Amino acid sequence: MAYVLEYDEDLLIEEQGFDDHFHEHHHGDKYQSSFINTYIFSMDHKMIAKQFLITGIFWAIIGAAMSIVFRLQLGFPEENLAWLQPLLGKWITVNDSGIGTLDPQFYYALVTMHGTILVFFVLTAGLSGTFSNLLIPLQLGARDMASPMLNMLSYWFFFMAGLVMFLSLFLSTGPFAGGWTGYPPLSALPQASSGSGAGMTMWIVSLVLFVVSVLLGGINYITTVLNLRTKGMTMWRMPLTIWAFFVTAILGLLSFPVLASAFFLMMCDRGLGTSFYLSEIFIGGAPLDNVGGSPILYQHLFWFLGHPEVYIIILPAMGLVSEVMSVHARKPIFGYKAMVFSILAIGFLSFIVWAHHMFMSGVNPFIANFFVIFTLIIAVPSAVKVFNWIATLYGGNIRFTSAMLFSIGFVSMFISGGLTGIFLGNSTIDIQMHDTYFVVAHFHIVMGIAAFFGMYAGVYHWYPKMFGRFMNETLGKIHFWGTMIGAYAIFWPMHYLGLAGVPRRYYKFDTFDAFAHFGDMNKFITIAAIVVFFLQILFVINFFYSIFKGRKMKTKNPWGATTLEWTTPVEGIHGNWPGNLPSVHRWAYDYGKDGIEFIPQYVPINENESEEH
Amino acid sequence: MTTLLILLCIILIATVFVQIGKMTELSARIRGQEDAEASSNNFNANMMIVFLVGFLIFCVGTSIYYKNSLLGYGPHQSASVHGDEMDSIWNLTLFFTGIVFVLTHIALFYFSWKYKGVKGRKALFIAHDNKLEVIWTTIPAVVMCFLVVQGLVAWNKIMADVGPNEEHIEIEATGQQFFWTIRMSGEDGLLGEKYYRDISATNPLGQVWTDEKNLDDIVSTSAGEVIKLPVGKKVRVRITAKDVLHNFDMPHFRVKMDAIPGLPTYFVFTPKITTEEYRENLLEKDRNGDPLYPEWYDLYDETSPELGTRGENFNFELACAELCGKGHYSMRRIFEIVTQEEYDNWLATQKSYFFSTVRGTDEDPYGDRLFDAEIRERKQVFRDAYTKALEATEPMDKIIRLDNITFNTGSATLTPLSKYELTNVMEVMNENPNLTIELGGHTDSAGDDEMNMDLSNKRSKAVFNWLTSKGVDENRMVAVGFGETKPEVPNDSPENMAKNRRTELRILTQ
Repeated sequence: MAYVLEYDEDLLIEEQGFDDHFHEHHHGDKYQSSFINTYIFSMDHKMIAKQFLITGIFWAIIGAAMSIVFRLQLGFPEENLAWLQPLLGKWITVNDSGIGTLDPQFYYALVTMHGTILVFFVLTAGLSGTFSNLLIPLQLGARDMASPMLNMLSYWFFFMAGLVMFLSLFLSTGPFAGGWTGYPPLSALPQASSGSGAGMTMWIVSLVLFVVSVLLGGINYITTVLNLRTKGMTMWRMPLTIWAFFVTAILGLLSFPVLASAFFLMMCDRGLGTSFYLSEIFIGGAPLDNVGGSPILYQHLFWFLGHPEVYIIILPAMGLVSEVMSVHARKPIFGYKAMVFSILAIGFLSFIVWAHHMFMSGVNPFIANFFVIFTLIIAVPSAVKVFNWIATLYGGNIRFTSAMLFSIGFVSMFISGGLTGIFLGNSTIDIQMHDTYFVVAHFHIVMGIAAFFGMYAGVYHWYPKMFGRFMNETLGKIHFWGTMIGAYAIFWPMHYLGLAGVPRRYYKFDTFDAFAHFGDMNKFITIAAIVVFFLQILFVINFFYSIFKGRKMKTKNPWGATTLEWTTPVEGIHGNWPGNLPSVHRWAYDYGKDGIEFIPQYVPINENESEEH
Repeated sequence: MTTLLILLCIILIATVFVQIGKMTELSARIRGQEDAEASSNNFNANMMIVFLVGFLIFCVGTSIYYKNSLLGYGPHQSASVHGDEMDSIWNLTLFFTGIVFVLTHIALFYFSWKYKGVKGRKALFIAHDNKLEVIWTTIPAVVMCFLVVQGLVAWNKIMADVGPNEEHIEIEATGQQFFWTIRMSGEDGLLGEKYYRDISATNPLGQVWTDEKNLDDIVSTSAGEVIKLPVGKKVRVRITAKDVLHNFDMPHFRVKMDAIPGLPTYFVFTPKITTEEYRENLLEKDRNGDPLYPEWYDLYDETSPELGTRGENFNFELACAELCGKGHYSMRRIFEIVTQEEYDNWLATQKSYFFSTVRGTDEDPYGDRLFDAEIRERKQVFRDAYTKALEATEPMDKIIRLDNITFNTGSATLTPLSKYELTNVMEVMNENPNLTIELGGHTDSAGDDEMNMDLSNKRSKAVFNWLTSKGVDENRMVAVGFGETKPEVPNDSPENMAKNRRTELRILTQ
């Protein structure tokens, strides 16, 4: 039914809004009175979000640069790397003819640090930390997080975790080099690897601090979502972003403590002579006293976190993409409830699939029967999400902003990487594929690139909300197309390496006849990786340049979105809304309803409106 | 200098990009924001189609290009029986996922292009469709169930252990930083016990020597040694590790399993093609005589062309597939699959680790007894010497050195092991009633002459007494002590002095 919708935003919020007796503190605001508590020890969720994001960018650059160094080794093993000596020092060994080579020990340290940094610091803290902080209060109509203090501590524990990890890079014995999964006994015994000495100690300390950060953040997100929704914001009216962050926080809260316990047992084995993970080991010319432990116990504990962790990474990206896609296709997200139930199903199933990482690790083959079933079932809610995204595009009026492009790219990556998961989740095929480059291709595409694309979509889309300016769209599009093509150029060929049986984590391939004949492919991958790396630097330049010089946001709601964050003042004040909180009357996806471009959530149901959703 | 140049280039390129960004923004402002957005929208929509086509061509093209390098395709058929089943499940999964991959990508990019934003057009308002949701939940669920069943049936078959009486070959692979030690079970077909505290330089696996199953086990630590296995026979690999996790990975056989210290694992597989046959497949030619897979005709090593082509040098390799430290990439072993006959011949030439390295050393717990094989071997040596002595014409050639008769140092007490050689002597005495012999004792030159004479007398008498106690007539034997009077070689080195300390048997009449 066609009708004309007219409303005045400020008036509506003021009249219909919810008065929570919030008073603006223009003077003497204890939260934002000085430089230190505004920009450093800030308790404002928007500032903390920026802190998470910028720290995440810092770590992403370091983690990606590490991958470039080890890709140089893999793509150009004969090439002279002496020019890296000023940076890497003794880890580049220069022979008599002046040819510098990367030390194998440091190669493994780089691989390990790349994984740890990207998984935990960038894609957990940088992605979920940034957008949960930014969007949960804003999209729910809350003044701030339930506990701003814990929120601040969450960031600073993350900062300390990063600091400890960063310092470990400079140890004379090198940082931890036993793979990001830290499997014992390699990680437990300094005799086994020089990185398993002080490097491993700092790795554990850093990650325990990180667990604290995740738990403080997570408990806050959950509490805020459950208790601080504004008037009218029922659970079923929450945008999908919030659903994703909410389930992510629950996953984190349930799984990260298990990782912490795994680390505590590891510390006992390393320092107190216990035998949780160690048994009948002969190393360094001597037998150890430890008997009765099991390295597989660690793997169970680790992957009990590790598998939910990949959903902790990908769910926020899914939420961001759903939101961005709906806004820029000018259409409601297709199958909102199916999307929510998929998120819940994925969240639940993610806890009972962990042993699919361990089909070949010596657990009883019988156990695989259960884990294969649950693992392949998780493909069903994932497929539903993909179909819903595609259906969202159908019949839309798509604006190809950089954010939208990255959302579309996300779906492509999620399909490509998700489908290879169906191979790996099947234990029979996993016999051949386990720990090969096929796995590397799979998880980089599905949780590396896809999660990054989700993050980029979020950054481009909510940048104006964070900084009051836009990022440069032309650079954004160069960034997108270059990364889209480049990322596939890097990771698609790796499937073939895996199918040829090439194991991952090899320092070089010429020791085996079977793996030695992919030199050209490895060169190609390395070159593509370098190009993609510089495209990300372009993004970073765009990001920081736009903070100061970007096009200014002149209206509150530049994208024509329905959600509440676009009703707050451009400059972003403490408490988010100057007066009453907006109250909510509808779901977040009334785009194009009754021929009206978009109807924000705070607009009451019109009597002429067709049936509500 | 180069670093500086590269750095400058990067800065330059970055500046160029930033300028491009600023320029377009500026021109957008001049042309009008809406116009600029519309043209950018068109461009990106078209790019969707370009990307879709390019991407699909890339995927199909590269997979055809690399097809013959992939295991399961081209010449790389599985070398084990269970591998074929795995490869077929792989292809089944590829079939379903391939369809989904292509269709969803076409839909994704086609819709993006088709529904590009046009000013004034309204998007459809479709919020949900329960029928569609049910359809696209059910179809993946059914396909997944199908794949799960296929996969698990195969899995439980492949991972099953050997039956209690099933005929198979048992070998053991032990990983350590950074090589594999392979142990084969020898004649008895059983691997002996190990204890990790018994590992030493002379006992690399910590085999427990009191377990007799260990005595015939063959141990190969050197990466250069090729391990042979017969075609068509079930092999059970016991997989263990000494120090950290490793992974027993033989890609051509579709075999992979972690090696864990303190927790042995296993993998059972049956090789179905010999190395020789596999090489022939790689070097196969079509009807015109052109190689089907030309890359296998490349030189194996360009610096040494005499080695021949890659195909001729193909080998089944064992690798490590679980990060185990800085040498993880170098744990290579070669397995050769051969015919049963060749395998039997090869196995017969392999020495048991115990008998080749441990026997007779301090670690040998069997110092006071001989094993049947050794008794047979010593008897053969004695018999050969005896026959030679019988046939000899010169009296001085009718002497047999009885090196296996030994005494405790400085005394005339026979060592326990002497009884085997004494039994050999007793047997020939019983077989040949005409035989009379002289038992001669000799010492080296160390010590007092008279004492040496006395000791040699006592020792030859001890042998004499042992034989009489077993019923040999004392009239057929004389015991003589020569002391140091008849050295075989000059007493000028410890080795020579050892040679001179001896018991001899001289045939007097026959």
